[in-house]
Amino acid sequence: MAAGPYCDPSPPKRIVEALKTRFPGAVLEETEFRGELTLLVPGEKIVEIGRYLRDDAQGDFSMLTGVVGLHFLERDYEHEVVYQLYSLEKNHRLRLKVRLRPGETVPSLTPVWPGANWPEREVFDLVGVRFQGHPDLRRIIMPEDYPDHPLRKDFDVEGGPTSIDPPGRPASPGFRDMEHA
Amino acid sequence: MEEKRVFAEPPPMTAEVPEGRDALHGDRMVINMGPSHPSTHGVLRLVLTLDGEIVKSVQPHVGYLHRGMEKIAETMTYHQFIPYTDRLDYLAPLSNNVGYILAVEKLMGITVPPRAQVIRVLCCEIARISAHLLWLGTGALDLGAATVFFHTFRERETLYDIIESLTGGRLTTSYPRVGGLVRDLPEGWKEKVAGFVASFPKVLDELDGLLTGNQIWLKRTQGVGRISAADAIALSLTGPNLRGSGVAYDVRKSEPYSGYENYEFDVPIGNEGDVYDRYLVRFEEMRQSVRILDQALKNLPEGPINIDDPKIVLPPKDRVLKKMEELIQQFMIVTEGFEAPAGEVYHAIEAPKGELGFYIRSEGGKSPYRLHIRSPSFIGLQAIEKMAVGSLLSDLIAIIASLDPVMGEVDR
Repeated sequence: MAAGPYCDPSPPKRIVEALKTRFPGAVLEETEFRGELTLLVPGEKIVEIGRYLRDDAQGDFSMLTGVVGLHFLERDYEHEVVYQLYSLEKNHRLRLKVRLRPGETVPSLTPVWPGANWPEREVFDLVGVRFQGHPDLRRIIMPEDYPDHPLRKDFDVEGGPTSIDPPGRPASPGFRDMEHA
Repeated sequence: MEEKRVFAEPPPMTAEVPEGRDALHGDRMVINMGPSHPSTHGVLRLVLTLDGEIVKSVQPHVGYLHRGMEKIAETMTYHQFIPYTDRLDYLAPLSNNVGYILAVEKLMGITVPPRAQVIRVLCCEIARISAHLLWLGTGALDLGAATVFFHTFRERETLYDIIESLTGGRLTTSYPRVGGLVRDLPEGWKEKVAGFVASFPKVLDELDGLLTGNQIWLKRTQGVGRISAADAIALSLTGPNLRGSGVAYDVRKSEPYSGYENYEFDVPIGNEGDVYDRYLVRFEEMRQSVRILDQALKNLPEGPINIDDPKIVLPPKDRVLKKMEELIQQFMIVTEGFEAPAGEVYHAIEAPKGELGFYIRSEGGKSPYRLHIRSPSFIGLQAIEKMAVGSLLSDLIAIIASLDPVMGEVDR
């Protein structure tokens, strides 16, 4: 059996400890599930924290593998933005998370990881999070003139009215409406 | 009576260069390439600004194949979403199936029996060879080397036969299930794969002879679309596109899943980061995949293919048709699904295009609260600007082919 450099799904605790010392009060919540570590951090500090984690010799998170946007109804925050970090050298992963109240924006991570460009555009397009300082915050998946953000939870899976629907007639009921009828 | 055709006088030839321009650098031309174009490999649209034949800017537009899969996932049970994953990277559906299932299994805390793990590895590597063959054939065809295309498609047909006899479908495989596999290997399947493993290296040698040392191929690919390792990492490239720049990152090695730590194989890397190196990397990966297939066939253990959990795994079909309990069990799993614990997981596999990751957020219940697909093609397309600006328009074709995007996965 070949012994390989196996990935540590969460980085050594000392990185988190060092992060806490460097930014007191920045880690709002620390959760571990199935061995994966998630840190909830304040949105306004995400760039500083990102830059620190990228340049820190212990953390060495050279790659931002992805950005995910989540939308919530009936909570005291509206959006969560989830950042997946990975270290090529140290072979460990870390997940950062910020929570945004309605109308709040979050600084873009493109200055730290240029690869955040398209993923952040996707989050903006699909759930409607605005990234401050993003160089090119346009829709990417949906058409440019699309009025809505389809992965929001108040957007029905059957879609909203479209330009294809005949004028004056409501869109055909989706299976959800029929269930409730 | 025949009408006399009158031709307009051609404008006089002039060597005068208009004010503010020099003779070589005239007007910029904006060209729309795609979304329906043979070299964009799907519905990729690029808006190019050209100065003569030199690409000055590239503006990719994606989303033409958006089907809202992530939204759909939120409305169905974990099992119901499996067929949708076939339609992500439709050149390697088996690989997507396995990636998704492993993420769900991580969420559920399931480890499948060894036999299922080995069969999944077989599936992934067959998918990788099939996807790389398509990349090789169409990529070479884009650059005018038509012969290669026919050889690769003949081999892909063999692979499709193998896939069909295993799963029942050529493209829409939906083979793995949460907790195992839908059915065990059919009679004679191992021998078919063994036959392929025996004959395929010879075909690879032939293809190698057609391209690797070919002067025209070298001229079209060497030094074209170069990207440095630092840039490739910063732009989050993964898979062969990253390895072509000399970064040995392969999820199969760094974070082995499904028992990949038990196989001996090498991770090829390039050093220039150009189209040629990405070509060499993918080519060598096919040889390595054959090695893995060979080892998997030789060490295929006997035993169950599913975990023993009647709340998750469907009962065997012949018992469903005859027994009351199994019928109820099947009905409950199909109509109700199974409960997943609340939590969030990210699981990545090394798909043919790179790191394919599924992020699942569960709030408990039978369907995910949010499912995000980190598709390597989507992230990889970001790099096209870095690679193509300053190169010739004809080289852009080679660059697109070398990035190997699949739009089903880009647009989701």
